[in-house]
Amino acid sequence: MTGRGGRTIKVDTLARVEGEGALYIKMAGNHVSEVKLRIYEPPRLFEAFLRGRHFSEAPDITARICGICPIAYQMSAIHAIERALGIQIAPEVRLLRRLFYCGEWIESHALHIYMLHAPDFLGYQDVIEMAKDHRPVVEKALRLKKIGNRLVQLLGGREIHPISAAVGGFHKAPAKSQLRELVSELEWALEASLEAVRWTSTLEFPDFEQDYEFVALRHPQEYPFNEGRLVSNRGLDIDAAEYEDRFSEYHVKHSNALQSVVRGRGSYLVGPLARFNLNFDKLPEVAQKAALVVGLKPPVKNLFRSIVVRAVELVFACAEALRVINEYEPPAVSRVPAPNRRGVGQAITEAPRGILYHRYAIDENGLIVTAKIVPPTSQNQKRIEDDLREYAAQLAAWSLEEATWKCEQAVRCYDPCISCATHFLKVVIERD
Amino acid sequence: MSSDSKRKAPKAQAKPKIGVFKFASCDGCQLCLLDAEDELLGVVGAVEIAYFPEATRTMLKGPYDIGLVEGSITTHHDAQRIQEIRRKCKTLITIGACATAGGIQALRNWKDVDEFVRAVYASPQFISTLKLSTPIAEHVPVDFELRGCPINKYQLIELLTATLVGRKPNIPTYSVCMECKRKAAVCIAVARGVPCLGPVTHAGCGALCPSYDRGCYGCYGPMETPNTASLTSQFRILGQSGDQISRAFRSFNAWAWQFRKASEECERA
Repeated sequence: MTGRGGRTIKVDTLARVEGEGALYIKMAGNHVSEVKLRIYEPPRLFEAFLRGRHFSEAPDITARICGICPIAYQMSAIHAIERALGIQIAPEVRLLRRLFYCGEWIESHALHIYMLHAPDFLGYQDVIEMAKDHRPVVEKALRLKKIGNRLVQLLGGREIHPISAAVGGFHKAPAKSQLRELVSELEWALEASLEAVRWTSTLEFPDFEQDYEFVALRHPQEYPFNEGRLVSNRGLDIDAAEYEDRFSEYHVKHSNALQSVVRGRGSYLVGPLARFNLNFDKLPEVAQKAALVVGLKPPVKNLFRSIVVRAVELVFACAEALRVINEYEPPAVSRVPAPNRRGVGQAITEAPRGILYHRYAIDENGLIVTAKIVPPTSQNQKRIEDDLREYAAQLAAWSLEEATWKCEQAVRCYDPCISCATHFLKVVIERD
Repeated sequence: MSSDSKRKAPKAQAKPKIGVFKFASCDGCQLCLLDAEDELLGVVGAVEIAYFPEATRTMLKGPYDIGLVEGSITTHHDAQRIQEIRRKCKTLITIGACATAGGIQALRNWKDVDEFVRAVYASPQFISTLKLSTPIAEHVPVDFELRGCPINKYQLIELLTATLVGRKPNIPTYSVCMECKRKAAVCIAVARGVPCLGPVTHAGCGALCPSYDRGCYGCYGPMETPNTASLTSQFRILGQSGDQISRAFRSFNAWAWQFRKASEECERA
């Protein structure tokens, strides 16, 4: 598709991402004139139909926004609603929620590292093809993913759209002995994650560093899941309630997409790289060491290294799960009552792909008046386009086919979840 | 070269081609395939994954022996796309509540979709969406509908196996109550008065919610012959209002006609 000294990089169906999107880059020589990450996933209108539903239904309903990270949706919804209702949860429940999130991170990161992302570095179309040459690696990946899913299953009843998490706690809390049963498998997983850090660090990374504004939660004692202030490397330090004052979504004409920006600044990056760079000091020693040994220390500015950072977060999630299980005592009541009350509450939690913001206004009957949800992929979208503008220019010497694959790879570094983002992105059906 | 190696190898039997297609959905049901960690390598050894964008860059043209369809139809474009997919698939299987009942996004079906779009999007003129979210079977003939939000991965593997060998899949159509009884679980509706959709809901989850101390919320959709009127009266006895009962029927399988009818009767009452 070369003409008049220009070329167009086009990917009609982005593969190995969640949901349906396409990529369009228009170039003239080294100059990139247009970058569009086009989302054609149909809108499902969650914020609209959440209105009039009871707050207790929100965790189950919003989980259905994404089959890959339903726990993130449940956690953000539950924390926002608890804030609106002024509910205090038991410390044991707080711990269980961390454990729940560990399960999702392990499952999601193992899926992305090995099954969606690694094939790019090794030159395969998919993990099935990769398994023909690297069967032990793929078997290890599946076992790792499975232990994450087992954790989720034990706490939530099933891997996808779990049913136990609720406003106020859990419908049922696990017995100590049930959690103990997972210890030996998690110890294996911790070793396997350390191996994952070593293995991913041996992959070849393009030389591509950018000056990002990293945005993540930060908690005084721990690597963040459900609590903390929202901070950035450019001085942002806010409570979830201030999110909408400091971030906005706007419409770029040529891209036809709502893009999130830090007001007055521009695009920003959420997800593993941001968390790692802003919270390295809160990682357990085993994860810090694993990172340092392979030469990974903050600030990591090469997006392609996010696969190694995900592996470091796997180490963290396994170590954290073991710590929680070791400390765990079942709560006296698994769920504190949540009476109807008028209120507004916001919460941000760390989904595997980055921060997920929810806000609910609730009336005196417990019915939702308004809901707002900003998922990580819609926040990263402008940053993805900014990266591609830079990266595509560097690829001018490559063949169109190779450049296209490289750009796809750059998008996959973000582990984008288009199913999530769709509720917030402008969807354009292009017709001839 | 020996004469042996010159001999033509017997032609390997072509593996059945599978395509996985997505419409409006959360991706969770197709993820069930990748979540079958113990079975995945066996499954992909027995079939050819010809089209499955969530998992592979390889995208082979049809025809496909089996098409797995996730998601509901919500745009004009998708209404056309499902016709093409049907033509290319020998056997078409819908997976999950979106594809078999319209999904949670079918809540628009009772409302003004334009108002919905305005509520979510700042520039509603860019949004092209249909007034209704509808299941695949309202558009094309479907060979099997696998229930659940999400589906049960073991049922999916059973269904694929049965389809490949040409037998009837062993997927029971009775209610969640049967699964509770089989687990010898105490009935939370009878013993504790918890509103539970188990009696009218299709089995498949293994009576998950009652085992976790909560009432079934119907994510597998209506069972074969649900007595929703009787359950509605029971919910009223338990103190549930018409609105509450209507909402209970109106979730992930809201547009399945039995639940639709039950929810509308509650609204009228």
